[in-house]
Amino acid sequence: MTRPLLPDQRSDADPPDLPGFRTWRGVYLFVFGWFVLVVILLSVFARIFS
Amino acid sequence: MNFADWVVLLGTMVGIAAYGSWRTRHVRNLNTYLRGSQSTGWGTIGLSVMATQASAITFLSIPGQGFESGIGFVQNYFGLPLALIIVCAVFLPMYRRLGVYTSYEFLGRRFDGKTRLLGAGLFLLQRGLAAGVTIYAPAIILSTVLGWRLDVIIVLTGLLVIMYTVTGGSEAVSLTQKWQMAVIFGGMVTALVVLLAKLPEGLGFSGAAHIAGALGKLQAVDVSFDASRRYTLWSGLLGGLFLSLSYFGTDQSQVQRYIGGASLRESRLGLMFNALLKIPMQFLILLLGALLFVFYQFERPPVFFNQSEWQRHERGAEGTTFLALEERHAVAAGETQKAIRAWLHARASADAAVEATARAAMGEANRRTDAVRSEAKAALLAVDPRAKTKDSDYVFITFILTELPHGAIGLLIAVMFAAALSSEAAELNALGTTTTIDFWRHFRPLAAADEARNVRVAKRFTALWGLCAVAFALFAGFAENLIEAINILGSIFYGVVLGIFLVAFFFRRVGGSAVFFAAVAAQALVIAMFLSLNIGYLWYNLIGCAACIAGSLLLQAVLGSRAPTDAGRAA
Repeated sequence: MTRPLLPDQRSDADPPDLPGFRTWRGVYLFVFGWFVLVVILLSVFARIFS
Repeated sequence: MNFADWVVLLGTMVGIAAYGSWRTRHVRNLNTYLRGSQSTGWGTIGLSVMATQASAITFLSIPGQGFESGIGFVQNYFGLPLALIIVCAVFLPMYRRLGVYTSYEFLGRRFDGKTRLLGAGLFLLQRGLAAGVTIYAPAIILSTVLGWRLDVIIVLTGLLVIMYTVTGGSEAVSLTQKWQMAVIFGGMVTALVVLLAKLPEGLGFSGAAHIAGALGKLQAVDVSFDASRRYTLWSGLLGGLFLSLSYFGTDQSQVQRYIGGASLRESRLGLMFNALLKIPMQFLILLLGALLFVFYQFERPPVFFNQSEWQRHERGAEGTTFLALEERHAVAAGETQKAIRAWLHARASADAAVEATARAAMGEANRRTDAVRSEAKAALLAVDPRAKTKDSDYVFITFILTELPHGAIGLLIAVMFAAALSSEAAELNALGTTTTIDFWRHFRPLAAADEARNVRVAKRFTALWGLCAVAFALFAGFAENLIEAINILGSIFYGVVLGIFLVAFFFRRVGGSAVFFAAVAAQALVIAMFLSLNIGYLWYNLIGCAACIAGSLLLQAVLGSRAPTDAGRAA
């Protein structure tokens, strides 16, 4: 019996087609990195103006 | 409001609604009616997801939150980008692969009919109530602004949104949301520019931000572990993650926005668009509120921002008490303004000791002003125990009406309307779809083949939910802070619903009966805790979800192992 594909495996067959990103994993890592940067910037903003 | 304001308001609102109805007047196909056009790109999906979440409450209450409590509320959104990544990687591919109309249809395939009905029923209960609040919020504004009867505004707003949502279904909702978001962005940028221009000469953004920061309004990130604090980094990350995962992954009003579209790629990019922009957008709206706080330190602010409520009591038997409070508040506000100017002067002197003394004096003066405001609220309650004493929802609208030029006032009122209509339309669309697919078709399986009849039934249910929302808005009493009321309501139900979906995706051996009874028990536990404990409401998302998953695993262990269903294997 063939084991059905997991969502991630199948989704990789549908590439993001974005400059600089070959896989969706790369897109997710970029979004996560952006989130971390935003939290850091918010902390810095609060510190500068406190 | 003058003629120019009316032209802008009616032109944008009626124009967008009419455009949506006209463009989608030929929609007869069930798939297009429920899932939208198959050619929808990521930009429309992204704006549609954003517009669904950003209701009028967002633009009424959040600047008020920034004014009253500072920008710490932004932490509520910290779990959102992480949740959207999980939705993109796990939930979305599964929904598209199974070709479901609703997220609860997936539960039926993975578990059984009763679990599907439980998920859909919890959604209808929670979202049905929230739809009433969504329509009520802009009605408060217009009743304050125009002196119109609240019930007339609720009915007219309701009929407008029912008209185009019933006519064009999901396609009309997405189409109109795109243009409504354009109005919202334009209006909010206008308000921010006017606010910055109206700050005292020489103060600028930097000076205003320093004042807001010194008075504790810019504490964006709180790393404390105190569970009784409503917004911290941890409650935002954990509670916010579960709330967002539940909202974006399982709530049909959101699922319906991205489940269609041209391809999986377009849907994913639309969600990632939100993951990138949501926190900065919420930060800017909260910052607007914090800057409004600074603005009102230099302008004479009302002692109570809901002026119609205040003036109603001021004309009553206790009028002298209210007048005395107004005078005391004016004196206190004047002293605060002097203390702020003294602190700005001390900052410029670069003497740390002088600056610290001036900062302490400014903080003390601000506390005295706050104390008079608290007394004013107590006085309102003393004469009328049912008086609504939370006035932060009225801060931004007061600024709009008193400080913006004509034309811009109409635009900002249109922002509130656009936001209300866009989220209300998505809610009605989802309520109608869920009732049709998960209840009506579930109990009438033979009717599924008649597409035209399905579309007719979906239209009738959408209209019915619209009328229910209008009735609820007309007759229900609401919690004082609108945005919190919706979030609290969501947190009570969302955790359990998310638990059911997480079991469906990640615990393949758990069957329908185990998850169903565990979900019922977990929901009862959350309601009992909400009624008896005092903890931050975001934690209920985590508690409900964890209780549902743990109970499912425990019950399944008692009931014995089972073979996974097709949907379970695919998950």
